[in-house]
Amino acid sequence: MASERRLRIKTLVMVLAMVVCANVGDLMLKRGMTQIGAVKIAPNALAHTFVMTITNATIWVGILFLIGFMASYMTVLSWADYSYVMPAGAFGYAILTLLAVVFLHESVSPRRWVGVLLICIGVLLVGQTKPNTTSANEMQKVSA
Amino acid sequence: MIGTILLLAVLICGSTFGEIAMTYGMKAIGEPARLRPKALLIFLGRAVCNGWFWVAVPLMALSFYALLVLLSWQPISFVIPASALSYVVGTLGAKYILKEDVNAARWTGVILVCLGVVLVAMG
Repeated sequence: MASERRLRIKTLVMVLAMVVCANVGDLMLKRGMTQIGAVKIAPNALAHTFVMTITNATIWVGILFLIGFMASYMTVLSWADYSYVMPAGAFGYAILTLLAVVFLHESVSPRRWVGVLLICIGVLLVGQTKPNTTSANEMQKVSA
Repeated sequence: MIGTILLLAVLICGSTFGEIAMTYGMKAIGEPARLRPKALLIFLGRAVCNGWFWVAVPLMALSFYALLVLLSWQPISFVIPASALSYVVGTLGAKYILKEDVNAARWTGVILVCLGVVLVAMG
């Protein structure tokens, strides 16, 4: 059915947007905080860190990506099941491991590879199911 | 140890109930008419005016705070695998609160993802 196919494609696109935005956002925050340096727990040092944080461009890029994650997460939940989106989001763990191997040349233990394989099989299994099993969104579509 | 278990419960319940409230709110306002910037902005504007959004945000913030405290108490190789239990709790919530149809394939997928996250986090 064409509408079923369209539903699957738009759900896949939004889940991918979620995973990419979350991972890039976390990476940017990590890079930004590394530029700032280790945070010291003292009133003056914390105030200094706060100023450094809000004036760091990399941190803002990270925050923008995390806002993108939240927006795509909220959007996909408006039509897809929570029990469909939640496990699909775990695909990020698999992507992060692959990125670590390809770009950072990190060595990955066999146990971690088994974990990645289980996540991929799990996401594929969930992906086979119908993305939306409730009818609430059908009744309350935005007409604008 | 009791403190760790309590915080883990706050982490899992906070994220699960926060996300269930968010799902409830998003389903209540309905999907955007089109996946275009203007329609998405209108959708997000409606979302932040929805009461369930403001139920979800503090619960998710509480869960995040519990995660930060837990990470300061316990190694990440314990915290992330333990928090993977939220996939199972979340699926139970989806089935019994949101009345989603969680069939055998979806349950199997969720359990595999949960085990996979545990193995990845253990390194």
